[in-house]
Amino acid sequence: MSDLKRTPLRDFHAKHGARLVDFAGWEMPVQYRSILEEHKAVRRSAGLFDVSHMGEVDVRGPDAQRFLNRIVTNDVAKLFPGRVLYSPMCYPNGGVVDDLLVYMRAPEDYFLCINAGNIDKDLAWIHEQAAGFSVTITDRSADYALLAIQGPNAVAIVQALTGAKLDRIGYYHFAEGTVAGVQCIISRTGYTGEDGFELYHAAGNAVALAEAIVQAGAVHGLELTGLGARDSLRLEAGYPLYGHEITADISPLTAGLGWTVKLDKGEDFIGRDALLAEKTNGSANKVVFFKTGDRRIVRADTPVLGPDGGVVGKVVSGTLSPILNEAIGSALVTAAAATLPLSVDIRGTSINLQLVKPPFVQLKKSST
Amino acid sequence: MSNVPADLRYAKSHEWVKPAGDGTATVGITDYAQNSLGDITYVQLPKVGATLSAGQVFGVVESVKAASDLYSPVSGTVIEVNAVLDSAPETVNSSAYEGGWMLKLKLSDPSGVDALMDAAAYEKQIA
Repeated sequence: MSDLKRTPLRDFHAKHGARLVDFAGWEMPVQYRSILEEHKAVRRSAGLFDVSHMGEVDVRGPDAQRFLNRIVTNDVAKLFPGRVLYSPMCYPNGGVVDDLLVYMRAPEDYFLCINAGNIDKDLAWIHEQAAGFSVTITDRSADYALLAIQGPNAVAIVQALTGAKLDRIGYYHFAEGTVAGVQCIISRTGYTGEDGFELYHAAGNAVALAEAIVQAGAVHGLELTGLGARDSLRLEAGYPLYGHEITADISPLTAGLGWTVKLDKGEDFIGRDALLAEKTNGSANKVVFFKTGDRRIVRADTPVLGPDGGVVGKVVSGTLSPILNEAIGSALVTAAAATLPLSVDIRGTSINLQLVKPPFVQLKKSST
Repeated sequence: MSNVPADLRYAKSHEWVKPAGDGTATVGITDYAQNSLGDITYVQLPKVGATLSAGQVFGVVESVKAASDLYSPVSGTVIEVNAVLDSAPETVNSSAYEGGWMLKLKLSDPSGVDALMDAAAYEKQIA
């Protein structure tokens, strides 16, 4: 795996017994011990994820807010310093370039967190759209490492390592401070549906910070958790993953992310015309979430069948919920089929899809 | 390092066979196989009475990662399947050679076992 990019924690993972795999061109830990056990640890106590492969981009300048509001569908004008916003970033046809987090540090000073597999594409797209705006766009992906501590015990663990008053940082808010002596952006965000933090910090400090969190977390049941558990946790929470529920061909409205599309934010934005038309005319397809009552995993690309046995769509994500102990997933189906009885064929057995409004499990994350 | 018990025979496709000495044998997948698959979430096994020939697909093992066919290392008739794996397929992860066994076969040709790899040869394959 010598061609793969490595985070500063690659040797830390190997030392802790991780199984390292190619993830979007990065050598990343898919699991340490068991995906199912790591998943349960996050729901029960806490997990530590290395997500340093994610991209970070500074957007600064007098037009920063106006520019960001032009390229994302959610409303950046609602941000204030210390506030985080989730948003899709769309093409003119309403398809998704990427989904991202926008951090407002100060007026004219914003920071984006983008998906690892999309860094080059996003940067090219963002630069291309910036013509005519007074903004400076800087790729900071190599400068930052990112650790996520997720689970009901995350607050206690991080609080033991920082003087920052964590109870004053609300969900989707952040503060700057030191954790275990390491300067961090302490962001109360995550991708698991649990309470927790994402800590952005200088790449050179990643090992020291990870070791300190592991040590502080021992008494709180913290486990090292890999990208396998991260994926099953996000699906159980009903969160989209770029390339699955949202793609260049699946708009945020189709994906059920209408709450992130602010057609009336008062500024034109890329994709607005197409998204307005989709909202007015209705989406041709819908992303639906399902469970099956059966342990056989319904994997991505499995055809979804309507009542007459005809193909009405395909599965886009599928796994076993370690909490429900049954297969869960999401599928892209025609809007007409989204209210009909649906099924899949798994090795000759017909399995009914029970449509569910996610999350699949009750989540305890703090409210926004 | 994978555990490769010396008293078993092995197929290239990572199943093990343990002859009982009375014309029957137990079949499962190796420690190396369970470790490669990761968390096992589902095991599909044939019905008692099914006849299998060596190399024939007898079931499917699913992990979070993928679904993989299971191949019978020998020929015979299924006389018992491990019902525990219905509700606790993860037993294959925790105990590949004991609690995680899959089939008991009445061998149609007991010498078929001798054609399989011994532990040393299998260890070489997975090295």
